Amino acid sequence: MKISTQRTITALVEDKPGVLNRVTSLFRRRGFNIGSLAVGPSEIPNLSRLTFIVDPGPGDVEQVTKQLLKLIDVIKVVDVTDSETVTREMALVKVKAEATSRSEIIQIIEIFRADILDVSPESIILEVTGDSKKVDAIIELLRGFGIMEVMRTGLVAMTRGKLGPLTSSHHNGTSPKGD
Amino acid sequence: MKLTGSQMVIECLLKEGVHTIFGYPGGAILPFYQTLPQYPQLRHILVRHEQGATHAADGFSRATGKIGVAVATSGPGATNMVTGLATALMDSSPLIAITGQVARSAIGKDAFQETDVTGVTMPVTKHNYLVMDAKDIPRIMREAFYIAQTGRPGPVLIDIPKDVQQELAEFVWPEIVDLAGYKPLSEVPHAQVKKAAELINESHRPLILAGHGVTISGAFHELRELAEKAQIPVVTTLLGISSFPESHVLHVGMPGMHGTAYANYAIDSADVLIAIGMRFDDRVTGKLSEFAPHAKVIHIDIDPAEIGKNIKVDVPIVGDVKPVLKAMLPSIAKKTHTEWVSQISLWRKEHPLHLRDTKGIQQQYVIQKIQEVTKGNGIIVTGVGQHQMWAAQYFKSDMPGTFISSGGLGTMGFEVPAAMGAQVGRPDMTVWSIAGDGGFQMTMSELGTMAQEKIPVKFAIMNNGYLGMVRQWQEVFYQKQYVATPLFNPDFVKLAEAYGMLGLRVTEKSEVIPAIKAAMNYPGPVLVDFRVVEDDNVFPMIAPGTSVKQMIEEKESLVAMEDPPEASS
Repeated sequence: MKISTQRTITALVEDKPGVLNRVTSLFRRRGFNIGSLAVGPSEIPNLSRLTFIVDPGPGDVEQVTKQLLKLIDVIKVVDVTDSETVTREMALVKVKAEATSRSEIIQIIEIFRADILDVSPESIILEVTGDSKKVDAIIELLRGFGIMEVMRTGLVAMTRGKLGPLTSSHHNGTSPKGD
Repeated sequence: MKLTGSQMVIECLLKEGVHTIFGYPGGAILPFYQTLPQYPQLRHILVRHEQGATHAADGFSRATGKIGVAVATSGPGATNMVTGLATALMDSSPLIAITGQVARSAIGKDAFQETDVTGVTMPVTKHNYLVMDAKDIPRIMREAFYIAQTGRPGPVLIDIPKDVQQELAEFVWPEIVDLAGYKPLSEVPHAQVKKAAELINESHRPLILAGHGVTISGAFHELRELAEKAQIPVVTTLLGISSFPESHVLHVGMPGMHGTAYANYAIDSADVLIAIGMRFDDRVTGKLSEFAPHAKVIHIDIDPAEIGKNIKVDVPIVGDVKPVLKAMLPSIAKKTHTEWVSQISLWRKEHPLHLRDTKGIQQQYVIQKIQEVTKGNGIIVTGVGQHQMWAAQYFKSDMPGTFISSGGLGTMGFEVPAAMGAQVGRPDMTVWSIAGDGGFQMTMSELGTMAQEKIPVKFAIMNNGYLGMVRQWQEVFYQKQYVATPLFNPDFVKLAEAYGMLGLRVTEKSEVIPAIKAAMNYPGPVLVDFRVVEDDNVFPMIAPGTSVKQMIEEKESLVAMEDPPEASS
């Protein structure tokens, strides 16, 4: 089996125009593809939290996290790949559902504890939440029925335990994780 | 008190201690320019090209340790600054660029002379701003100056729409800067410093690699004390030149591709490298796996991203060079390292830099004579290429901050406007621009600026009719296939005269010193056209991707290189 070189990185950034551009630009410069990206407000006013999945391949992700920390609008960067984390993403899936296949599809939805959001004569829109593996799995199972559209939010990640990623200063140390 | 955006910008410049700015007007920056007459205490120098403004501001910063400011209009004015910003970023030079932008209502509509300047300059600035509200100007200006000059210095650009320059708002000057994501003032990491001192005390063949960070930090005395106390030889990188007196017995020269053989041998044999404010550029290290194979590495740098970027570091120290060295000095044991120091002296005797006795004028000879006549009491600003490497090898500077060169980006043409900026910042010193005949023609339009503003830079054009360094690479790596390297040059003396400057031509060795003296005795800008030998090459040379083991010391040894390594960059 191919060992994944994907890294999960979270960042706390100023909620300002252009910040996302500055952050993603550093990955672009190194030719790292961003597999998924989720952005939203954090618990601190005017600060946003980002989670992104990048695949640096043989590249050096540590150098990128260090460069990210140099951005003035970036307050904190943590590579949480090797930490204990909980991760979730949400997907909306529109699947073909004729009268003959509908009940089988609904069974699968129930097994995955997904929700049906919309039903039309030919299709169903469902919502599934979980880690990426779970989302991949239900999409795979539904593929045979005919998937019309998939929209995924991108993964969000949070480290477990009481120490949040904001607990140490970062410009002072040499560790890219800053803690 | 309500002020216009333009007035606020100028008030902020004055509060930050700026007295001189370099710029070029245009539509979107005109409200700013029309405000200048209200502030006669601010000198504006009209350049001939916005690239010149940025290099001049850069040269000003490097020569004075203060901050240079460049101003341009939107669109082409701003895009012309990109090379200057990239040059300053690579060499950690503080600089403020102020650009006009189209009015807020026109942004994003492909208006006349509109460019997404914050987008374009994002990768070539330390930070940049688009000001969308005049009331933000004092805070942004304050932050910009703070960011540019603290931590690892660099250029900061402020893009101001035309209508924001005209907008009235309350002027509130923030006394302090508080940026959640930027806390450059770090404590000295004492535990790491102690570890480093122990490593140094135990070493038998320690070597200091001093870089630009020593100069930026103003740590000349601390560096000298460290070297003298433990008798540690000092290698200075291209931008580290003049951070340690070159006449000092412990000075070993420049390392790397065109460094001295003895500096590279010293790195190859050292058991501890103390890298201070330098970043292990590929031109310094050559092949990484063969660089300093016996050495443990102590790396002191203010930028955490530089630690471990290119080479493995045993004792990383993130911090400002001066306080770190200060903290380290008491723990450093007095040593003599007699054997090590004399070994390096032996290498120096066996592998010296030497000048062939040619009939024609060699560039090295001119540089040596400028050195002699100025008695080291001048500032040298170089371009990029052979003359730059020879200047680095032969100009012996004992005074901090007197060697100015575009190191990281390698910007040809830097030497003309940067020398102008250095001279404006240091009117008390003679500024010599050592220019290549290629690079000079990239930015020679600034002669007009110097003539207009009476800026008395002395230009030494190393006129060999070739893009010399490129030609050298074609000779070594491309089987002497000389493509696009011979130059048709103008009559540089007539060119100088056309600008009302003094122009001199030197074709004989015997005329070199008289011409240098004549240039220095002339009160205004002078251009000396030195007709130097055509086919000289810079040695020693370590080809890209190779190591000291494949160092080429003499022209003759080129023949012995049967299988030249592929030129990678």
